[in-house]
Amino acid sequence: MTSVVIVDDHHLFRAGVRAELDGLVDVRGDAATVEDAVRLVVEAEPDVVLLDVQMPGGGGVEVIRQVAQRRPGQRFLALSVSDAPEDVIAVIRAGARGYVTKTISGGELADAVRRIADGDAVFSPRLAGFVLDAFAGGLPAREVDPQLDQLSPREREVLRHIARGYLYKEIAQRLSISTKTVEAHVSAVLRKLQLSNRHELSRWAVERRLVD
Amino acid sequence: MTATAQLRRDDHRGVIAGVAAGLARRVGVDPMIVRVGFIAASFAGGFGFALYLLGWALIPGEDGARAPVERIAGKRETWLLVGGMVLLALAAMLLLREWGLLFSDAIVWPVILTAAGGALIWRQSQEGSGPLSAGSDDALREARGSDPMALPRLTLPRDALGRAFVGAALVVGGGLVFLWLNDALRPARDVLLAVVVVVVALTLILAPWWLRLVRGLAAERTERIRSQERAEVAAHLHDSVLQTLALMQKRVDDPREVAALARRQERELRAWLNGRRAAGDATVVLALEAAAAEVEEAHGVTVEVVAVGDAPLDERALALVAAAREALVNAAKFAPGGPVALYAEVAPERIEVFVRDRGPGFDPAAVPDDRRGVRESIVGRMERHGGRALVHTVPGAGTEVELVMVR
Repeated sequence: MTSVVIVDDHHLFRAGVRAELDGLVDVRGDAATVEDAVRLVVEAEPDVVLLDVQMPGGGGVEVIRQVAQRRPGQRFLALSVSDAPEDVIAVIRAGARGYVTKTISGGELADAVRRIADGDAVFSPRLAGFVLDAFAGGLPAREVDPQLDQLSPREREVLRHIARGYLYKEIAQRLSISTKTVEAHVSAVLRKLQLSNRHELSRWAVERRLVD
Repeated sequence: MTATAQLRRDDHRGVIAGVAAGLARRVGVDPMIVRVGFIAASFAGGFGFALYLLGWALIPGEDGARAPVERIAGKRETWLLVGGMVLLALAAMLLLREWGLLFSDAIVWPVILTAAGGALIWRQSQEGSGPLSAGSDDALREARGSDPMALPRLTLPRDALGRAFVGAALVVGGGLVFLWLNDALRPARDVLLAVVVVVVALTLILAPWWLRLVRGLAAERTERIRSQERAEVAAHLHDSVLQTLALMQKRVDDPREVAALARRQERELRAWLNGRRAAGDATVVLALEAAAAEVEEAHGVTVEVVAVGDAPLDERALALVAAAREALVNAAKFAPGGPVALYAEVAPERIEVFVRDRGPGFDPAAVPDDRRGVRESIVGRMERHGGRALVHTVPGAGTEVELVMVR
C-alpha cells in the first residue's frame, strides 16, 4: 500500500484526512510544524508527503527545501485551501508534483496519492488554470526558450481539458491518445513550470495580486 | 506644465548622463544629432563640454529624480542668502581696512567662513516663521530642538539636517581657523581634551538609554498599527464567519442548507482575503463567479470556477455571462448535487466558457421543440450577440456547454 505522511498545521484537518484515507493508503504519521515534518519524513520514508501550502515557519516550500537536502527524490503533493496562485505556483516550483484543493474527496485524494507515488503529476482544474494563466501571453521571440518557456499546442489542449473538469482517461478518449500520453504531457508541463525562468511566472503573480 | 518641467535627462537611453538623449526627446530628433552637436561644440574651446556639465547639473532626471544642483542645495534662496552674507562680510572687511581698523589679514577667512555658516543656520531656524509647508514644519521643530520624545523628529528631512550640519561646521571651522591663526589654540588644547573626555563618557552612558527610547517608540507604533488591523479583522470575522457558524448550528438537521451556508461563507471569506470588493470593478470573471455563486445558492450544487485571464465587462460579455448562467442552471437541474465545472478563458481575441456537469446527459434529438431553455436562452442569445454555443452530450457521460464569443 502507498505510504504517506500528512503535514498540516491544522489539527482538525489532519485528523479528517487521516480518517478519510484510512484503509486506502498507509498513513505513517502527521506533523504540524516545518521542523517536525522534516524529521518525520526523513524517519518514516513515505512514498508521498501530503503538504499544506501555508504553514508558520516558511510553509510547504520550506519543508520541501529542507527534505530535499536529506532525502532527495521525495515526492510531494500539495493540499491546500489557498487558491492564491502565487502560493500554489511557488510550492510547485519548489518541487511538489501536484496540487489539489482540500475539498477533494477521500477516494480522489487516495487516487491522487497513488498517481504521485507512481511518478505522475496531479493537476487539479484550478492548478491547470493557474498554469495556463502563467504561460499565457507572448514574449519577445529572442527571450523564449521553446523547450521551457512555452507550452506546446497539445499540452495546452490537455491542460484546458483538465481545467474544464475532465479526467485523464476522458481526455485521452476525447483527444484520441492513450492515458499514458496524457500523463506524459502533464509531466512535461510540470517540468516546464518548475524549470522555466520565464519572467511571466513571477511577474504574473504580482500582476494577479494587483488585479484581484 | 512648463516646457522645462518636461525636459528630463533620459538615464536609460543616455550614454553618459542622458542629457543629449533627454534633449533629443524633448525636441523630437535623433539623440545622435544632439550628441554630435555637443562633441562639435566641445572642440570650440570646450564650450560643449561645459554646456553638458551644466545640463547634467541643472536638468532633473527621469522618474522625478531631482537635478544634482537641486539635490545639493535643497533650497536655492538659502544659498543665495549665504552668498550674500559672505559678500557683505567681505565688504565690511574692506571698509574696515579702508578705515585702518583691521588688525591683520588673519581675520578675513575665519570671518567669511563664520558668516557663511551663520547665515545657513539662521536661515534654517527662520524658515518656520513663514507660511509652513510640511518640510519646513519639520525643519522648524528640528531647529527649536523641540521635545525629543516627539515622533516627527525621527522623520526630519535629510537635506534640512544636512544644511544645519554644514552651517555648524562652517561656524566652528571659522572659529578654529581664527584661533589657530592667532596662536590661541595651544592653551585651549587641554580644555578641549577635557571636553572630549566628558562628551565620550556622556555618550557611553546615555547611548543605550537613547537607543531604547527610539526602539520603544518604533515598537509602540508598530503595535498600534497591528492592533488596529487586528480590530478590523475581528470585526469582519464577527460580522461574517461567526454569524454563519451560529446559523449552521441552528440548521444541523438540514445538511444541504449547512453545506450551502458553508460554501457561501467560504466564497465571501476568500473574496475578502483576496482583497476583492464585490462591488465596483465589473469584469467577465467576477460576473461569472457571481453567476456561479447565485446558482450554487439557488440550486444547492457546487460550481468550481476556473478562469484564465480577464477583461472588463461589455454588452456582449454580459450576454455570454447570462448564457453561462443559464447553462449552470441547466446543469444544476439535470445533474443535481454533482459538481459543476465552469472554465473560462478570456483571450484578447475571444472569450470561451465551458460548463460541464457529470449528470446523466441527454439525447439532443429527443428534446421536444417546446423546451426552449437551451435553444433560446443559450444558443439563441449567443448567436444574437455574434457568438456561438455548442452542446456536447452523450447519454450517461455528462453534458458540456461550450460558449464562444469573438471579441
